[in-house]
Amino acid sequence: MNIYALVKRTFDTEEKISVQNGEIAEDGAEFIINPYDEYAVEEAIRVRDEHGGEVTVLTIGSEEAEKQLRTALAMGADKAVLINTEDDLDELDEFGAATIIAEYLKDKDADLILAGNVAIDGGSGQVGPRVAELLDINYVTTITELKIDGDKATVIRDVEGDSETIEAQMPLLVTAQQGLNDPRYPSLPGIMKAKKKPLEELELDDIDLDEDDVEVKVERVDIFLPPEKQAGRVLEGDLQDQVKELVQLLRTEAKVI
Amino acid sequence: MSKKVIVLGEVRDGALRNVSFEAIAAAKKISGGGEIVGVLIGDSVQDLGQELVQYGADRVVTVEHPHLKHYTSDGFGQAFMAVHEQEEPEAIVFGHTALGKDLSPKIAAKLQSGLVSDVTEIEGEDDDAVFIRPIYSGKAFEKVKINEGTVFVTIRPNNIEPLAQDADRSGDVSAVSATIQNLRSVVKDVVTKATDGVDMSEAKVIVAGGRGVKGPEGFEPLKELADLLGGAIGASRGACDADYCDYSLQIGQTGKVVTPDLYIAAGISGAIQHLAGMSNSKVIVAINKDPEANIFKVADYGIVGDLFEVIPMMIEEIKQLKVNA
Ligand SMILES: Cc1cc2nc3c(=O)[nH]c(=O)nc-3n(C[C@H](O)[C@H](O)[C@H](O)COP(=O)(O)OP(=O)(O)OC[C@H]3O[C@@H](n4cnc5c(N)ncnc54)[C@H](O)[C@@H]3O)c2cc1C
Ligand SMILES: Cc1cc2nc3c(=O)[nH]c(=O)nc-3n(C[C@H](O)[C@H](O)[C@H](O)COP(=O)(O)OP(=O)(O)OC[C@H]3O[C@@H](n4cnc5c(N)ncnc54)[C@H](O)[C@@H]3O)c2cc1C
Repeated sequence: MNIYALVKRTFDTEEKISVQNGEIAEDGAEFIINPYDEYAVEEAIRVRDEHGGEVTVLTIGSEEAEKQLRTALAMGADKAVLINTEDDLDELDEFGAATIIAEYLKDKDADLILAGNVAIDGGSGQVGPRVAELLDINYVTTITELKIDGDKATVIRDVEGDSETIEAQMPLLVTAQQGLNDPRYPSLPGIMKAKKKPLEELELDDIDLDEDDVEVKVERVDIFLPPEKQAGRVLEGDLQDQVKELVQLLRTEAKVI
Repeated sequence: MSKKVIVLGEVRDGALRNVSFEAIAAAKKISGGGEIVGVLIGDSVQDLGQELVQYGADRVVTVEHPHLKHYTSDGFGQAFMAVHEQEEPEAIVFGHTALGKDLSPKIAAKLQSGLVSDVTEIEGEDDDAVFIRPIYSGKAFEKVKINEGTVFVTIRPNNIEPLAQDADRSGDVSAVSATIQNLRSVVKDVVTKATDGVDMSEAKVIVAGGRGVKGPEGFEPLKELADLLGGAIGASRGACDADYCDYSLQIGQTGKVVTPDLYIAAGISGAIQHLAGMSNSKVIVAINKDPEANIFKVADYGIVGDLFEVIPMMIEEIKQLKVNA
């Protein structure tokens, strides 16, 4: 089976966010594979181990995203592709990201594409379904279970807490929800092997795209931080009185009950 | 220039979801006085049309088909595109719900348009509309606009105030026929796990438990309090990882992001990943036996104490209040 996993390099979830010159400051921040994409990579490896084939991890980003690709290779992916847009593009929206990925994938005959259901930085959740639509293949989002049998997959999908069992035709793109699996940590031998695995680096030119083809549709006009939350009031006194006071405050001051 | 806007109304258990009314209010801002057309898709939705009108739609079009009983991206995609072809709108608004998140990128790809997902606020109107949306799980916000092509947004439930219902408003409800075929996904089964009724993303009150609840039974008093307040229960990843509850309840950077009017955190330490999912709630109450717990830094009101004492006392107190009211 020809399997692709889409991974995005994102800020570590521990990072505090600050804004500098109208952009999110990246100095000194730690970066990780988007947590949902780890589930995607893990599932890709499991499907390959069961059905045979090859897992390619794909990212759009800068040179720095090589690190996350190597991590995915160390987990067990076979090959990696970095589409480096650093020299070509200053900005990229979801339309552009999906266009690039679909353009790369269009002649690859992928049987299965796995993505995260959402990137914890951009947070749009658009890229997976957009790619599927551009490739004209089936997709199912926020999945927690995947079983493949020939040209059909049985998928369990999390829908705001309910689970739907779906029979889906292959080729298929799925987006991972938490609970799909427990992503493995790269092992030491895995890390050693990853260094020798192929990592191909491409630019827009190489996939016959022009900057104009991916010009942003959505213009970002500002980035700002939410107002700092003031530490509130920790109540004091006898516990019963505290609870009385709390309920009163919620009713009369905060007016939420 | 005023815009014609279409709004996808969402039906759950035979009723319109609140977010659909909020979407109409959002559409009003984007339209700058243009026409607002509600869209309903399903196997039997005609009867709900008037309600969308009462909340501000000028008229409603419906697509009904037996294959639209369950949502699938192919089925709803075909239905929506049939409406789109007929109406040729300049703007589109969906709710940022499971359905809206799944369908909107497909439609945007078909239309080759931009799409602004998960909008929490709209500044300005019509061509000047600027959309505010959280990024980095609410640790920051961005303001964006769409200058060209269809203005397409999904709005986060619970953030944009719906218009008041006006029972005197009436509008046309008409059917559009669509060919619904070649569905590549079929829904075989649906298991409802969500606690009866109140969906977390739309809940005005959330009572969330962490590892401090100590076990699945520990959620019982939280559930009772949530029910009393007409709210939903939620959880930290600590509680989910420990198998005290289902992952679907997880709130945080890798869970749901919620903004209820009242968030009660019980036995939750307040890790940065948890705060990312709830710190924009309007009022936060923390109950934790550790006075140093990080959750107190974002709480409006805190009680240092054992949740198994505090929650039952709260239940009693609120019951009293209701009796007296
Ligand atoms: C006007 C504007 C300017 C922007 N400028 C920049 C910029 O200069 N630099 C920048 O980094 N971002 C920029 N962004 C953000 C960027 O558009 C998004 O990060 C990107 O489109 C992906 O969207 P998302 O983060 O919401 O991912 P989602 O759609 O939430 O991601 C879902 C899944 O898609 C896959 N995926 C997403 N992105 C990638 C990727 N890059 N490679 C491989 N797979 C991926 C992953 O599997 C991921 O889990 C800008 C956005 C706007 C609107
Ligand atoms: C990549 C990544 C993503 C993550 N995403 C999320 C996420 O989306 N959501 C999330 O929540 N976490 C997330 N986490 C985990 C997060 O870092 C914390 O580990 C988690 O939030 C801790 O859960 P907790 O507060 O329930 O548990 P703990 O940190 O163990 O806190 C339990 C609290 O309960 C208190 N307590 C104990 N008994 C009582 C009692 N009887 N009465 C009152 N208080 C009591 C204790 O004082 C303590 O403060 C993520 C972590 C990583 C690495």
